[in-house]
Amino acid sequence: MISVKNIQVVFGKGTPLQKQALNGVDLTIEQGSFVTVIGSNGAGKSTLLGVLAGDVLPSAGEVTIGKTDVTRKGTAARAGLVARVFQDPLTGSCGALSIEENLALAAKRGEARGLTAALGPKRREHFRERIAELNLGLENRMGDRMDLLSGGQRQAVSLVMATLAGSEVLLLDEHTAALDPGMAEFVMNLTQKIVSERRLTTMMVTHSMRQALDYGHRTIMLHGGEIVLDVAGDSRKELQVEDLIAMFRRIRGQTLDDDALLIG
Amino acid sequence: MSLIAFWGAVELGLVYAFVALGVFLAFRVLDFPDLTVDGSFPLGAAVTAVLIIAGVNPWLAACVAMVAGAAAGIVTAMLNVRFKILNLLASILTMIALFSVNLRVMGKPNVALINADTMLSPFYGLGLRDFYVRPLFIGVLVVIAVIVVWRFLESDAGLAMRATGANARMARAQGVDTNRQIYLGMAISNALVAFGGALFAQTNGFADVTSGVGTIVVGLAAVIIGETLLGARGILIALIGCVLGSILYRIAIQLALSTDMLGLQASDLNFVTAALVTFALILPRLRRGGAA
Repeated sequence: MISVKNIQVVFGKGTPLQKQALNGVDLTIEQGSFVTVIGSNGAGKSTLLGVLAGDVLPSAGEVTIGKTDVTRKGTAARAGLVARVFQDPLTGSCGALSIEENLALAAKRGEARGLTAALGPKRREHFRERIAELNLGLENRMGDRMDLLSGGQRQAVSLVMATLAGSEVLLLDEHTAALDPGMAEFVMNLTQKIVSERRLTTMMVTHSMRQALDYGHRTIMLHGGEIVLDVAGDSRKELQVEDLIAMFRRIRGQTLDDDALLIG
Repeated sequence: MSLIAFWGAVELGLVYAFVALGVFLAFRVLDFPDLTVDGSFPLGAAVTAVLIIAGVNPWLAACVAMVAGAAAGIVTAMLNVRFKILNLLASILTMIALFSVNLRVMGKPNVALINADTMLSPFYGLGLRDFYVRPLFIGVLVVIAVIVVWRFLESDAGLAMRATGANARMARAQGVDTNRQIYLGMAISNALVAFGGALFAQTNGFADVTSGVGTIVVGLAAVIIGETLLGARGILIALIGCVLGSILYRIAIQLALSTDMLGLQASDLNFVTAALVTFALILPRLRRGGAA
């Protein structure tokens, strides 16, 4: 379960560039629920994800993941609760390490790391099996450096990495945005499979309205650091991409009007 | 080059192999350009020499030297991690501070260890000539160090350290406290370098406050020569490369200085070093150019 209460995030406080990235966001995501998040650039999507991941510490409010209050915990300290796939395939995995070393690193997420060999025969076999499930032929390249893989392959491996160790939530940060359409579909299908098989509480930030409506149980739209739309169930099923676009236009129009009022 | 000069070069290369291993950990594993070694090498020598003269067991003295080196590494790490000073600058600050610390430790610029018991004393007079005993003895220690560092870097803990240097953001997302890894890595790195200094003092019979000048260049030269010769083929090969690079570097220097034809003298050492390192840096580029 994820619960955020009255989150305030301000960047560049006290400078001319001060920006209220999140303004009093309240959100509860139930155990096992898959929520998609959309919004225009600067709406606060990435900031919200950062608040959950620990990259951004809010100036006010509370963040709870599972049963743990993580409001003041940094990324590393809460990594045992949070699995994450980044937008940039280069960020989510370590190019200089081999595929199996990356997996070994991820398998110990949130645990103490001792002096046991990272790649014993048992672990090797386990990693190989997990990678073989991808059907990408990577199980024969376990010793290859990660930076020899394509972006799509790296994202697929990153998804496996995210599920090797247990976690309360899975955070997906536009994780198909950097991929070609074919590979993006493959990674999305894989995501769907992993999330439903493991009943993971998931939050996926996306630029694609299609993805936002096609996947998951609930869709949230952010604008100006606030939640402006929150749909689930039947009303979400009836929602079309066109409706979302219309909503986007309307919200943008409103802010324009507001600005006009201010200037006038 | 005489037999004694050759084995002397091998011996010095093996002593500096500890420096190379430390430099490898800092520069290659942690991606931390650390110049502290110019201070932690003579620190190790100074601590060992003073303790041995005070009657402390030479093995224990070397261990204390390692602790002192680790402390120096931790100071650099703290300046960088806690006080956000640029890594290179942080290490330079520690390095120049250590010059004064080393003078304080010894109480004078040079301490001689003539006739004092060292780690090697029990092995002299067993039938082998001295100039074989020293490289053999140090060689065994180097092999042990390589195996320990290798097993460490391939353990869960070592993997966390390698990820910290290669992709800190990813490491944090995997629950690795990257700041702690920098502390730990810098401590281990400088402990190895200080142990090299301790061995230097015990094999050469003195500790000198100026003996640290250029240590970083020698260590880096060894790492680069090793990489040039063996390429990137895993951790163990890279570590062996460090040792091999360190030995070859010393032999090359010895050759350059002992060839009358070139007309070089001992004071040209630093120039020859710079030329060698430059050559090792350019060589991979030349090879690639030739293949293309």
